[in-house]
Order: sequence, then C-alpha cells, then structure tokens
Amino acid sequence: MSKYLVDKFLYTIDRDPDLVERYREDPRGTVEWWEAERAGSILNCVRAEATTWLEFAAEEREALATHDYPRLFELGAHPFLTLTLFIAMFDRDYEPLGFQKEYARRLAAFTLPYPDYAT
Amino acid sequence: MAEVVAVIASTHHPFYYRASTSTGADRPPFADEWVAKIERFRDTLTRARPDVLVMVGSDHFHQLWLDNMPQFLVGKAPFYDANFYNEEREFGLPRMLLPGHEDLSAHLLRQGLDAGFDLAFSNELRIDHSITCPIITLRPEADLPIVPVYTNIFAPPLPQPRRFVQLGEAIREMVEAWPSDQRVAIIGTGHLSLELGGPRQFGEHGPDPEFDRKAVDWIAGGNLQECLAEVTLDSLHTPGNATHGFMDFMLMMGVAGENAKADHVDSLDLFHTMEAYFTWYPNGAPA
Repeated sequence: MSKYLVDKFLYTIDRDPDLVERYREDPRGTVEWWEAERAGSILNCVRAEATTWLEFAAEEREALATHDYPRLFELGAHPFLTLTLFIAMFDRDYEPLGFQKEYARRLAAFTLPYPDYAT
Repeated sequence: MAEVVAVIASTHHPFYYRASTSTGADRPPFADEWVAKIERFRDTLTRARPDVLVMVGSDHFHQLWLDNMPQFLVGKAPFYDANFYNEEREFGLPRMLLPGHEDLSAHLLRQGLDAGFDLAFSNELRIDHSITCPIITLRPEADLPIVPVYTNIFAPPLPQPRRFVQLGEAIREMVEAWPSDQRVAIIGTGHLSLELGGPRQFGEHGPDPEFDRKAVDWIAGGNLQECLAEVTLDSLHTPGNATHGFMDFMLMMGVAGENAKADHVDSLDLFHTMEAYFTWYPNGAPA
C-alpha cells in the first residue's frame, strides 16, 4: 500500500495540463511512465536526489490504469485529489454537474466511516 | 497600537466569481440573490475602513504537499501571486497579485513563536482560492496589503479543534499588541458541512443541513464552549468528508471571542453547500 504515492500521482498529474490530457487518453501508459520516471522525484529536490523506494501496490496501479475512481476511494486516495483530477478529465463529456453527480452515484454504496485517507 | 476594526468569517465558494460575472443563459438562477447578499456582506468590511487584512485560509494541495506539510503557516512576503492553473480550469478564477505586509507578518511570527505556536513561514507563497475568494467577495479592488495565515484542515493528522480556537485568540491579541496605527481586519474562510469526492457530494443542499443550522448558531452567538464540546476531529467526518474546513470558522470564533455575537449574519442555501457570512465589530459598529 502506498496511499502517499497514489496521492502524489494524482497531485502531479492534476497540476500539469499536458499530463491531464495524456492521462485521459492513455491511462495505463501514463501510469507506467510516471511510476518509472517521476514517482521518485522529490518536488523540492534535483533529480539526482530522487527517492529510491517508492512503488505502487498492484491494486493501486490497476485502479489508476483503469480510471477506477470508486476503487481509488476504497483504497484511501485523498478524495479531493481524485475528484479534482477526474473533473478535469471527464466533466467535458457531460452536461454541467452531470459528471459530479454520476461520481456521487458510483460511490453510493459507501457508508460511514469512509475509507481512511490519512497517509 | 493597531486596532482590530472588523472580524469576518465566511465560506469560500469558488463558483461565486463565475456565477456573479456570467450573463444571459449562462447566469445561474440563484446568482442575483447571491450577489445581493455578497454586496451587503462587502459593505460590512468597507464601512470598517481597514488598512491591512489578515487572511486565514487553507491551501488545497496547491503549493503545500505531503512531503512537508505545515500545520499553521504565516506568509512573509512583499507580494503574493494568487490562484493556480487548476482553479482557472475548474472555477474560472483569475490570476491575481496581492501586496503583502512584511512588518505585520514578522510581528505575528515572532509573537506567535514566543506564545507557543511553532508557526511555519514562507517567503514565496502562492495563495489559492481560500484567500482569493474572500478578496473577490469582500475587497474586489484587491488593493490592501494582506498577511496570509494557512491552516491544515486537509491532510491528516490535523491539529485539534481547540488549537484552531487558541490560535484565533492569539492572533487577535497579537494584532492588538502590534505597535502600529493601522486599522486591521481579520478575515477567515472555511466550510460548513461539505462533501468532496464522496457519495454525498453535489446534492440539492449541503450534505448535513442540520449541522449547518447548528454551526451558524454557534458562530453567530459566539458559542465556543458548546461548539468545542460537540466538535472533534472524528465527529467532523459525519456531516461530510471535507467538513474539517469548519475548524477555520472555529479559529475565527476564537478571534471574535467567547460569546461575541456577530453584528452581521447571513446565509444562502445553495446546491452542494450552504454559504454563511459573519462580521463582528470588536469596538462597536462603524457609523
């Protein structure tokens, strides 16, 4: 389990317009590239000082590679990060607020307490 | 010494800017009522004639990240660039540049550290919609210098609710002890019940209207003890998964003071979340 790394993926993709489009069009390829090339990058350090030990758990990698946001919620990804990035990718395909409402519907089976998103 | 001329607590709704500036078919049906309430709210700040604004908010994973997450942080810069690409993208918020007030920042940091708050600081802080939304609603000219104070309501482990209240009380005392003749307004924004990225998001109302009614009563009446007795880090998950932002309202109740009744109270029931606006005049309402 690396909730932190899942959050880091969502955070670093969300802030880059090119990566948002790349992840929308090619989720599996983007996840594989990101984990190989970007996962270890400490955001305030040069590339030579990268982290050496971070990797996704298999179920996290698969959830990201399939855009499976209910599964990301279940795995404890930070709900705000997931929502923000998925709105950026899919809001355009729906009527106004349509995606946000479908998102809620697809999570309807979850009851309190929700999965813990503390890292 | 400096004078606290207004204490203001508000929700920060990122959709207000777009709703209030849209026209024709794009203008939502609730926009006119919303704008009218905001203009009345804005007037409560304008009448206080502030010179400088202390702005309490919370970064939404924009600049601050889980590799190095401060609990409470004070900006200490001569200027603050504001709003991020994903806020332009999702909310249509404009890029802004706000002047800072380094002298008041330095005062709050020194006094805060000496009072037992191990405040983080930033000399290069880009602020987000938790601070720009109240600038847009309350001071759209964006002409007054600000001191940003960021709290962590977002990335557990979070400080306890009482710590937010204590910091608010300390900010009030520290501003009033600032050797300056400036007129200071202390403004903070948070949330009532709110769900983001969960099954209760984007409903007809906020996820927990009963919590919202109670919260508005606590804030309006300054009922700090009742609020502190009921609100815990665990309990805040129940009204909605992003309701920990209510602790910024609790901080502002600390600024306003125990049992301080707000001079202006207003709210607006919108889809997804309830808006709420409060102003206190510590030294009496301006003429």
